[in-house]
Amino acid sequence: MNGDLHDLGVADIGRALREHRCSSVELTQHLLTRLSNHASLGTLLASDADKALAEARAADATLARGEAGPLTGVPLAHKDIFVTDHARTGLPSTAGSKMLAGYASPFDATVVARLAAAGTVTLGKLNCDEFAMGSSNENSAYGPACNPWNPLRVPGGSSGGSAAAVAARLLPAATGTDTGGSIRQPASFCGITGIKPTYGVCSRYGMIAFASSLDQAGPMARSAEDCALLLSAMSGFDERDATSAERPPQDYHAQMLQARPGASAARPLQGLRIGLPREFFPPALAADVNSAVGGALAELEKLGASLVDVSLPRTELSIPVYYIIAPAEASSNLGRFDGVKFGHRAAQYTDLMDMYKKTRSEGFGPEVKRRIMIGTYVLSHGYYDAYYLQAQKLRRMIADDFQACFSQGSQGCDVIAGPVAPTVAWKIGEQGDDPLQAYLADIFTLPASLAGLPGMSVPAGFGAHGMPVGLQLIGNYFDEATLLQTAHALQQATDFHSRRPA
Amino acid sequence: MSTGGRPMNGALLVRGFEVVIGLETHAQLSTASKIFSGASTTFGAAPNTQACAVDLALPGTLPVMNRGAVERAIRFGLAVGATVAPLSIFARKNYFYPDLPKGYQISQYEIPVVQGGYVEFMLDGAPRRVRLTRAHLEEDAGKSLHEDFAGQTGIDLNRAGTPLLEIVSEPDMRSSAEAVEYAKALHALVVWLGICDGNMQEGSFRCDANVSVRRPGATLGTRREIKNLNSFRFLQQAIDFEVQWQIERLEDGLAIEQATVLFDPASGETRAMRSKEDAQDYRYFPDPDLPPLVIAPAWVEAVRAAMPELPAAMAERLQREDGLPAYDAGMMTQSLPFARFYEAARDACGQPKLVANWLMGEVSRRLNAQDLDIEASPVAPAVLAALISRIADGTLSHNAARQVFEALWSGEGQATSGAPAATVDALIEAKGLRQMNDSAALEALVEQVVAANAKSVEEWRAGKDKAFNALVGQVMKASRGKANPAQAAELLRRRLGG
Repeated sequence: MNGDLHDLGVADIGRALREHRCSSVELTQHLLTRLSNHASLGTLLASDADKALAEARAADATLARGEAGPLTGVPLAHKDIFVTDHARTGLPSTAGSKMLAGYASPFDATVVARLAAAGTVTLGKLNCDEFAMGSSNENSAYGPACNPWNPLRVPGGSSGGSAAAVAARLLPAATGTDTGGSIRQPASFCGITGIKPTYGVCSRYGMIAFASSLDQAGPMARSAEDCALLLSAMSGFDERDATSAERPPQDYHAQMLQARPGASAARPLQGLRIGLPREFFPPALAADVNSAVGGALAELEKLGASLVDVSLPRTELSIPVYYIIAPAEASSNLGRFDGVKFGHRAAQYTDLMDMYKKTRSEGFGPEVKRRIMIGTYVLSHGYYDAYYLQAQKLRRMIADDFQACFSQGSQGCDVIAGPVAPTVAWKIGEQGDDPLQAYLADIFTLPASLAGLPGMSVPAGFGAHGMPVGLQLIGNYFDEATLLQTAHALQQATDFHSRRPA
Repeated sequence: MSTGGRPMNGALLVRGFEVVIGLETHAQLSTASKIFSGASTTFGAAPNTQACAVDLALPGTLPVMNRGAVERAIRFGLAVGATVAPLSIFARKNYFYPDLPKGYQISQYEIPVVQGGYVEFMLDGAPRRVRLTRAHLEEDAGKSLHEDFAGQTGIDLNRAGTPLLEIVSEPDMRSSAEAVEYAKALHALVVWLGICDGNMQEGSFRCDANVSVRRPGATLGTRREIKNLNSFRFLQQAIDFEVQWQIERLEDGLAIEQATVLFDPASGETRAMRSKEDAQDYRYFPDPDLPPLVIAPAWVEAVRAAMPELPAAMAERLQREDGLPAYDAGMMTQSLPFARFYEAARDACGQPKLVANWLMGEVSRRLNAQDLDIEASPVAPAVLAALISRIADGTLSHNAARQVFEALWSGEGQATSGAPAATVDALIEAKGLRQMNDSAALEALVEQVVAANAKSVEEWRAGKDKAFNALVGQVMKASRGKANPAQAAELLRRRLGG
């Protein structure tokens, strides 16, 4: 193979390896070098070259025996919100926080273990916003990650390191997690493909919890096909997660390739009804985003889909609802970081209360503290009914609004589409000290998160300053297949997903 | 109540005050593994050896409900006539403490698994019924060890995640004695049901007592909660002290402030731990890691089908089938081991009333004296049955039987592990306690006694009844206790022409 090994996607690599056109060791070495040469992008938090190469050698042995699966020998890295068995991988698990600096987990997250069992090679842990709280990766205790399309701009977040590394061709794929848009928005900002499956499809065991009722893992790669291959390996029922869905294993790749009834080569999406919520196209939507999304939608129409006008009337309310529920759960989930058992503990303290205060003041960054305070407040006696309970009721109504779009018999739509974010990636530091600005920018990703629906970001073109724009596709519960089919059809007809930053 | 009670409207008054008590009881459920993890629940292991990643709340871990704990809660709900909720919710109770690894305890708050129900027991010979508010599932915290660490605190998380059923009563009790009887009945029930080992020293069964006092007819007074009472004696002492303390305060014109208090067994006093002002805001909310607990009717029915016979039903059966008086039947069903002992002995000898008498008499006396449970009785049910058979067939007088029992209790004759009947018979022979049932031999003894005690015979003829008893005593003495006293008296009366 020539020097463009890093241009290969997951499916390509699988084929190249099985046809012995390259080895996993060769790939691993190449990408480790590339990661180290591009350290200034700030994507990688930790790697262990020896262990990665050992995994690659094991994968090559499997390939040599002809026992390889589609992911055997494929190098990738994990968002550092997943815990990785320190003894197995040599990698710490930090959640992007000083609180867990150097933390050595004694076990692998289920998603990590499943991808390892599928033969992938772990190159390291990827930068992210602290405890996955943020949408620019600027909240990482280990410094920001940069957008490879313009290093002065943010890659999005919280899975910013994952998106930037995949876009920069440092990795063919990475894992991400999405609580309110943390896979979709960085995928959109970096011009890659990412899917957040239905809540319950991927086990949360071993994902350091931010907001338990919203957190969901998913793959980030360069194409829908690559995402489908990864999701098949990552997903499935896990008895260690009581919220994981009890369903048989799914072959998303086969489902993606299945032809729709009445489809033809020219019109693979024949009969597909795509709902466009008018609330996702407000007058204030940035013109460049509107135009790129419009172009992608026109392309989908050409491929046989019909576009229908729908309404998600509570779209705006998803912001206050999310910023009550997610901090409420976070304030409780982060209670375990108290300096007693693991993680950071203040060096000097006078008594127990002082130890708690100093440990948590030193260990958590400002955004995490802000959300703990919001969450503590909304759960407090006397405020619970007015905030948390009210938010839960609205959450149910937001989910009902989606069901109204999906289930109107032949009039119901199969997919809902719109922009992922109101703008392209902003400049690092641009938002200053106004967290509200960042919260408002989550408006299009929060509704699907609150409803627990699968959502996807697919490259739709480019907007201002040459920055990528993503098209968001939202499906009904457990209908990842239709999202992947739609995205795959678009990617067969366009090349936005295969463009790469300079 | 320890002082000055007088009954009024069925309630005891203490210095003119009515006492109101409600109990919250934590029963540790007897599952092999913890409520939300696979770690073992065995007591007494080295610190932190029985805490897995979930119990330690390591980042990324999640709780998964142990169905065995739910099954035990259903069993309890059915036994107390409660509603087993078809859907209940786990909630997080948030607070910081070093032995609480997650920073929250998983419990049930607004919708518990068991709702309502009641516990019945006897108090001073009268039946009482205490209503239950609820019983809910929750996890225990770890243990803080404040000694042996030179100014620091050790944390043992072996207990963290142990399944508990918190059983909350209505404020239906009116004296410390009633609270103790309720707690004993509840204890016997959870052990009977096999859902809790009942070991109070190890903390498997512990009570918090909510105590208030009021003038008869007044609204409920302000309560104080005495935490963590792990013996019936402490429960009684703590309530008694608390009642006196509250009354004295009220008599001094002072108000009672809601507070949580601790009982110090050394001083016998309660002291405030925290007042309402610094009461924590636990910020309860539904645990998003655990879906609602759904209990289908089929599950409830399966548990019902596998339930042991309950004590009340068994007591009724013992009255009906064994002809026991109600009191005896109640005593035989005081605990499952006791009932099993009774049934085993009864089956072996076919003498229900005699077995009940012996269990309530000699056996209980010896058990109480040595502070033993029936399971630790050195005399096995089959051995007691063999002894009782020898009373029933006239081989032993009651007096002689007591001597044999004492010998059996102290281990005599049991070393030779023969059949129970052979063991008992060997002891009877060795001690020469076989009752003299040969009337010719006894008549000869009567003849001797009459001849040798002319003075007593004379006195009896003169109308002194006591002299007759003295003569019977002489016959018994001459037989070295082996004569049947009733038979001896009868022969004597006949001989003297009475």
